Amino acid sequence: MPKKEIAGVSVDVNEEDYLTDSSQWNREIAIAIAKGEGIAILNDFHWQVIDFLQKDFEEKGTLPTIRRMNKAGGISTKELYEYFPDGPLKKASKIAGLPKPQSCV
Amino acid sequence: MKKIVILGAGTAGTMMANHLARKINHREWSITIVDEHRSHYYQPGFLLLPFGFYSEKDVVRNKADFIPGRVEFLMEKVELIDPRNNRIQLLNGKKLDYHILIVATGAKIVPDEIEGLEDSWHRDIFDFYTIEGAKKLREKLANWEGGKMVVHLAEMPIKCPVAPLEFTFLSDWFLKKKGLRDQVDLTYVTPLSGAFTKQICSDVLGHLLVEKNINLVTDFSIERVDSQRKQMVSYDEKKVDYDLLVTVPTNMGDPLIKRSGMGDDLNFIPTDKHTLQSKQHENIFVLGDAADVPTSKAGSVAHFQAEVLTGNIMNFMKGKAFQHSSDGHANCFIESGDGKAFLIDFNYDIEPVQGRFPFPILGPFSLLKETRINHLGKLAFRWMYWNLLLRGRPMPGITTHMTKAGKKLSSLNKEYTHA
Ligand SMILES: Cc1cc2nc3c(=O)[nH]c(=O)nc-3n(C[C@H](O)[C@H](O)[C@H](O)COP(=O)(O)OP(=O)(O)OC[C@H]3O[C@@H](n4cnc5c(N)ncnc54)[C@H](O)[C@@H]3O)c2cc1C
Repeated sequence: MPKKEIAGVSVDVNEEDYLTDSSQWNREIAIAIAKGEGIAILNDFHWQVIDFLQKDFEEKGTLPTIRRMNKAGGISTKELYEYFPDGPLKKASKIAGLPKPQSCV
Repeated sequence: MKKIVILGAGTAGTMMANHLARKINHREWSITIVDEHRSHYYQPGFLLLPFGFYSEKDVVRNKADFIPGRVEFLMEKVELIDPRNNRIQLLNGKKLDYHILIVATGAKIVPDEIEGLEDSWHRDIFDFYTIEGAKKLREKLANWEGGKMVVHLAEMPIKCPVAPLEFTFLSDWFLKKKGLRDQVDLTYVTPLSGAFTKQICSDVLGHLLVEKNINLVTDFSIERVDSQRKQMVSYDEKKVDYDLLVTVPTNMGDPLIKRSGMGDDLNFIPTDKHTLQSKQHENIFVLGDAADVPTSKAGSVAHFQAEVLTGNIMNFMKGKAFQHSSDGHANCFIESGDGKAFLIDFNYDIEPVQGRFPFPILGPFSLLKETRINHLGKLAFRWMYWNLLLRGRPMPGITTHMTKAGKKLSSLNKEYTHA
């Protein structure tokens, strides 16, 4: 399993730099990953999304869909695309230290 | 007398009724199946009907003709499932008690999930996932003079996930035969990052799009349709113009599931992917499109699930542990136009590969290769559906669990297998 130094800590990641052990995640790491994804500053909306993803993942054991984030988390889909441009779920889950969303069948 | 109730006499429910009627002890158990509609439609035929391959009578039969004599068939809408009291409430006020419930209420398109779609529904915007849609689209295509044709799918999961891509290939073929292809700008629009959900197929099929001069727009997450401007608009303000839009709107489980508080955000029922038991209620089982299991929503999947579930229900009746496990096995013919088709075979863990099917070397079908015999296979599937599948009879040479014989599994590199 490859390791990578993010925000001064060495963490376990997969080939696409998604954390493989979410217990290694912290807010500094999130900020650093976000920068790498082209998001310079994490605002309240970003944190709301990250919190919801983590909470829902813990409860359900799977990542929510964008539809679920809207229906259950009250997260506006429009804003999601605005603040996490180009593949919001992929980006947000990476920043939240969660696995990459699997495309369905 | 103990009761098994099956909700939905579509592909999956009908197969279960046939399997169980052959297996159960009829002195101890009775079977009742409920469906609100009289007619059974062969949904894969909706793909071909708009191009005039099939007429309505090729794709419709009476549901009752496929229900075995020892099974009671009620034609009524189901109003509510009340799992706490093991009771079903029908629209006519009648109540049905059950010991074992099998939910097979399928999935359907919900066009009003997308703003603006209904404004010119069945005028410039069509679906081919319903009999009405497929028939209206056939009229439209027969008289259409060309322009921008867009084939689109709104969000996953959808029934038969390759159908929109097949529809695109068939449109290309149809327009060529009509001598109209030069007047048509054909575009395929998908929310996914490639032409298909499975990476390896995406590579093969994506190549065909280029060959056939079909534009591909990926990562398009639709927010609304502006029917005045004839434009689809995504959440990130990308725009796609159309003159004729053929769309597969959001697919959802029946509202019954929502009313009964049993579904996820799309009204699909959380279900154990191996045993097919509902995750919430131990005497409720789910198969076919109604379940949330991570494989394709397809008749072929329902067919394999029905065999597994019959075994598990027999175990359950005797108070034994489940001995049968579903592997998510799916096999689908993919029409690629020009009288040819692909065939893919996969399950929860193994992605589609090349090889021969169902018999190693002999085939006669080729996996992941475009051939004429695969196309004939797709056409023959309709016969198998009415005569074998629905009656719960095995398809020749095709096993419930996916086999590895005849497949070039070495071509699978790590990227393509999820452990
Ligand atoms: C265009 C298209 C092409 C396809 N191509 C293929 C293909 O090539 N190969 C393949 O394997 N599959 C294909 N499929 C998918 C296949 O048709 C479905 O996966 C299959 O029919 C699912 O069976 P089911 O029993 O789960 O649902 P259905 O067959 O849809 O049955 C559900 C039944 O439940 C009933 N019902 C629902 N709610 C209620 C209620 N509240 N009260 C009473 N009754 C109710 C409905 O009336 C219906 O009869 C295709 C589908 C489409 C739309």
